[in-house]
Amino acid sequence: MRAGNDGTRAGLDPQTPDAKEWLCKPCSVGPYTGAKREPVLRLIDVEKTLDGRKVLDGITIAVPRGQITAIIGLSGAGKSLLLKHMIGLMRPDRGQVLLDGVDINRLTRQGLYEARKRFGMLFQSGALFDSLTVFENVAFPLRERTDMPEGEIREKVRGILRKVGLEKAEEKFPDELSGGMVRRVALARAMVMDPEIILFDEPTTGLDPIIRNSILNLICRTYHEHHFTMVMISHDLPDIFQWCHHVAVVHDGRVIEVGTPEEIRNSGTPIVRQLVDGDITGPIQLM
Amino acid sequence: MVLSIAEALGSRAIRATRSLGKMGVFLGTSLARAAVPPYRARNIVKQVHFIGVKSVFVIILTAAFTGMVLALQGFYTLRKFGSEGLLGSAVALSLIRELGPVLSALMVTGRAGSALTAEIGIMRIGEQIDSLETMGIDPIRFLVAPRLLGFLLSVPLLTAIFDVVGISGGYLVGVKLLGVNAGVYLGQMEASVELGDVTNGIWKSIAFALLIAWVCTFKGYFARHGAEGVSRATTSAVVVSSVLVLVCDYFLTSVLL
Repeated sequence: MRAGNDGTRAGLDPQTPDAKEWLCKPCSVGPYTGAKREPVLRLIDVEKTLDGRKVLDGITIAVPRGQITAIIGLSGAGKSLLLKHMIGLMRPDRGQVLLDGVDINRLTRQGLYEARKRFGMLFQSGALFDSLTVFENVAFPLRERTDMPEGEIREKVRGILRKVGLEKAEEKFPDELSGGMVRRVALARAMVMDPEIILFDEPTTGLDPIIRNSILNLICRTYHEHHFTMVMISHDLPDIFQWCHHVAVVHDGRVIEVGTPEEIRNSGTPIVRQLVDGDITGPIQLM
Repeated sequence: MVLSIAEALGSRAIRATRSLGKMGVFLGTSLARAAVPPYRARNIVKQVHFIGVKSVFVIILTAAFTGMVLALQGFYTLRKFGSEGLLGSAVALSLIRELGPVLSALMVTGRAGSALTAEIGIMRIGEQIDSLETMGIDPIRFLVAPRLLGFLLSVPLLTAIFDVVGISGGYLVGVKLLGVNAGVYLGQMEASVELGDVTNGIWKSIAFALLIAWVCTFKGYFARHGAEGVSRATTSAVVVSSVLVLVCDYFLTSVLL
């Protein structure tokens, strides 16, 4: 047993039975069944230009309901922007973002805020409120967006923190946490409102392999318990293939291939091959 | 050559106009959100504590020395005309009509305005504002409106404290140190200060509060490019707010006189 970069044994060696179950028991996402269902979220021909550069160039993608979709691609390919368009943080110059058939960019401000109740989002940095404790961070959406009594909020937040193995860290502030702990708090906060869709912006970037796998395992367990629709941006190739049902490859602001992890792994498209194999030679020239 | 200069100037003018428009829309939105309930009383009280209560010490210190130096300068100037008895009026009118609102605003800009820009800027850079949006919480209502109300409530009160402490500082130097008669000092002050002078000072302080809150929250809310961007936004917020306070003071004085 060793401590990870969480700095405490609680990081990898959860004391509570719940956390042990959630963090340590190996998890598998199961087969892709999204093709049989109506997609919950669809982007149609989305274009966005920033500072004169076309960062999204006619993106069309369907997110299958109740499945985990991974979006992969080079840094700067437009993946994070894609995620921001999905939740309406950015508006496209052209194209539609349909949530159950409704274009979220045509909603009123209030309508958009209501639609966002269906989402949870985990930012790459965690985006925790640094003046609030771990407990207050996770309780924040419940206190601000619901009329739930304080007792119930306390119970719910403690339950979620127990599942992510952080019940002993509830009084800590974000700057006292390691990278892995921050991501787990952010995941707890994204889950606390019981959303239908959770968006993950590189949830494991910068973490060591053990912590990374514990986070992915945690996401997988969360999926099995709630069957959220999940969209995950990741650079963890080829490992990410075992943690998702569906993969979209983004390059130069366009979706160049979609399919199951197996299909992407065995793709014959040179750019996809180079990404999956991590070759420094190929159609993508970095220098 | 001429064309490129014209292009550069035109491009600057367009950028400046866009920026002003953006600031205008931001102010309008913030005022609208601040005016419509729910008012988030706890957040407003927290801001009044941060902007107001925590600025009291620096306001008292500044006011005391401003009043003292006014009395000192005023005494030697008035003595040339044999009018030392008007010291109370000179100190009180200068403070209530001009120095109280302006110096209070400048001190609050330096102490609370800069902190507010940095705080909101760091929240922007750290994606905390985006995070609020994803939770369906309006960041302008949540972050900007309580701060705006906090400034509007605190600055006039701090100005009132400034006036009282400044007049007391003037009394200390004028009466206790330089020997002006206490009755004359207070009597002249009472005779010359009218309600209009006080209300003018209050109007000014309300206008300055709005200006500081507007500029400082705007600069923080649209901060970009990491730590350096936040630092630039903070400096810019303090400089722009301070200059605008002085410019606005001139125009308000000419209107209110």
